[in-house]
Formats: sequence, structure tokens, C-alpha cells
Amino acid sequence: MKKTKILIVAAAALALGGSILWAADHIDAPAVTNQTTDITDVYAFKGADATSRVFVINTQGLLSPAASATAKFDANTLIELNIDNNNDNIEDLVIQAIYDGTNMKFYGPVAPSATGTKSKLEGAVTATVGITPYTASAPVIATGSNGMKVFAGPRDDPFFFDLDQFKKVVGGTASGFRNPGMDTFAGTNVMSVVVEVPVALLNASSGKISVWAETKKKI
Amino acid sequence: MKKTFTHILLAGTLLLITAVSCKKDDAPAAVVYYEKGDQMARPAINTVFVDAPAKDSFNNAIPMKMASLFSTKFKARLLALNAGYTTNALGLTADQLTGVLVTDVLNVSTTGNTKFFTSTSDYLTGRGLSDDVIDNELILLFGGPTGGSNPGLTTDNVGANDKAFSAAFPYLASPW
Repeated sequence: MKKTKILIVAAAALALGGSILWAADHIDAPAVTNQTTDITDVYAFKGADATSRVFVINTQGLLSPAASATAKFDANTLIELNIDNNNDNIEDLVIQAIYDGTNMKFYGPVAPSATGTKSKLEGAVTATVGITPYTASAPVIATGSNGMKVFAGPRDDPFFFDLDQFKKVVGGTASGFRNPGMDTFAGTNVMSVVVEVPVALLNASSGKISVWAETKKKI
Repeated sequence: MKKTFTHILLAGTLLLITAVSCKKDDAPAAVVYYEKGDQMARPAINTVFVDAPAKDSFNNAIPMKMASLFSTKFKARLLALNAGYTTNALGLTADQLTGVLVTDVLNVSTTGNTKFFTSTSDYLTGRGLSDDVIDNELILLFGGPTGGSNPGLTTDNVGANDKAFSAAFPYLASPW
């Protein structure tokens, strides 16, 4: 058993070297490293209301408290949730969030005029919310014309993982995870967009949807 | 001379008409487009299975095309991570696990519970804030047919977030 474990780790170390430097999507592709387009995580779950679904898109990971105090959304970065509701991995609906310098404006859920990597803002704004300040004692929340609840602002990064130890395992300097583990993301923040959408607006076939998040730069 | 003057007068009149028309009709604003920067669905999948040279092209791929573009790469990475991989607790072969993971979308139930992994017969129905997705994925990658293989690799021993979540919208905890 021990021999197999060492073999696995050694093989991983040889094959992957130091290329595993990130987790979830935290600090990921070279083109998006350290930019407002860098997505750290996506969540999708049933919240307090069973007839709605919550979608979270987090960006700008590993913000220290000091950095969080001045972190801003970017008016040239579109944050977009893609929703496939008929199981063909093509988006049927999008929910878009764009910062206008003061507020986060939301569009959708709406069928996009075209699918794929290029987007434009679709239809009319369906919700607007002020950015929750870093020092706010309570989150700023708004509800849109379609019943969608919205939030935008800095939050504690909800992701937890001993990434530092994982790097050692893959790098060949450790044979396994440590116990207790240490959360590499403890004490750090992200910029969050959270929407809670009535399920009726998602038009799911057979009670299922697939979602993915994209960030896009104005061209 | 007269011809030139007439031409100038005509041009001037046209210009005036155009100017007045533009003011009245308000030329439509140019459409603003946005082009793909980053993309994500399931936690850690892009990070672990797409090597550095391919990351930018993965981010520019649409989910519908990911299987045809990246299946070979994903399977190679899976076997590089775990050369002894046979099946996992879901009974998936390397090809089958690759098939599940390569199309990077997050599956969500709109009618039932929404968790990354509940049991071997109930999984990929969403992703909750407190779901230990890392342990879920480590077990499926390293845990073998029973989930019990490679115990040093199937949990990172970090089971919860550093702050409690809220039961009310927006659910995420206030920042540090």
C-alpha cells in the first residue's frame, strides 16, 4: 500500500511538476491572472426559498483585508452566468451583471441574441443594487422587477482547501495531506455577485439545468 | 463660378438637412460587445486537468466543444495524477470519469436537493457553500473502487470554511 502511494505521488510529481499552482479556479489562466476577469468559484444551490435557486460568481480571489477595502468591480468586465435548460451544453438563458461605476446592473434571465464567447447586454435591466461597502454592517440587497434578489460586493471567500499542502504533494515533497489541514484561503476575501432567481424563470426541462460562469472584457 | 456657387449651396443645404435629421432621429448607440476572459463551472476541474499551455484555449472553448477538444488531455492528466486508477466509488472507468468531467458545467437540480455529492447514487445536483468539494473530488480521483484507497490523498483535512455562512440571502459571510 505504502509503495503504491509513493508511486502515485512520484508519477504525479513527474507528470505535473510545478504546474499545479491553483485550485478551484483561483488565480488561473495566464491571460486572466490578477485581473478583474479572474473567476475563483461558482456555486448553485437551493437557499432559504425552495422555489428559487441561488447562483454565486466570485472573482478577484485572495484579497487581503487591506486590498478588500479598496477592491472594486470593473465597468469593462461583464460577469455572466450561462444557463443550459435543455441538456445540450449550449446556453439558453444568461444572467448578466455589469458595474456602472456606482451600482451593479443585472440583466436576465434572458435568452441571449447569440450564443458563444462574445456577448452583449441583453434586453432591459432587471435589477440594480448598490455595491455593499467593505465596512457595511449589513449587506445591501435589492429585488428586481422579475423577483430576482441581487447582491454585489466583497465577501469572505467561501472556498476552503489546503492548497499549500496539495502543491507539496504534487511537487513531490510530501506524500499526502497533513492532519490537521490548514485552509490556504482562510482570512481572505473575494468580490461576490449573488443572485437568487425564481425557478419559474429558468424553464428547466426535467427539473435540471447546467450552468457555467464567464467573465468578458469590453472590446 | 455660378456652377461652383450652386454646388456649394447644394452641399450646404444637404449638410443642414443631415444635421437637422440627425438631431431629430438620434443615431442609434453603437452596440458594445464583450469577449471571453475567464470561464468556470465545477471547482478545481479546469485547474487540475488543463495544463498551463492549454488554459487560455480551455477558457475560450464553449462547453459544447470541450469533449471533442480536451478528452484526450483530461484522461492523460487523470492517469498522470493516479497511474493506478481503475474505477472509483461511482464505478466509473478512466474514460467514463473523463467523459463526466471534460464538459465543464455545473449540474443543478431545480426541484430537489442541490449538493455536489450526497451519495454514490445522488451527486452533481448543485454546489452548496459548505459542500466539501475538494474531498468529494479527491475521493473520486484517488479513492479507488471503494473510496478507501490512498487514505493520505482522499481528504485535505479542511472540512469547513473559516467563517459561518448565513441562513439568509446573500448567504456568504461578511469580509475579513
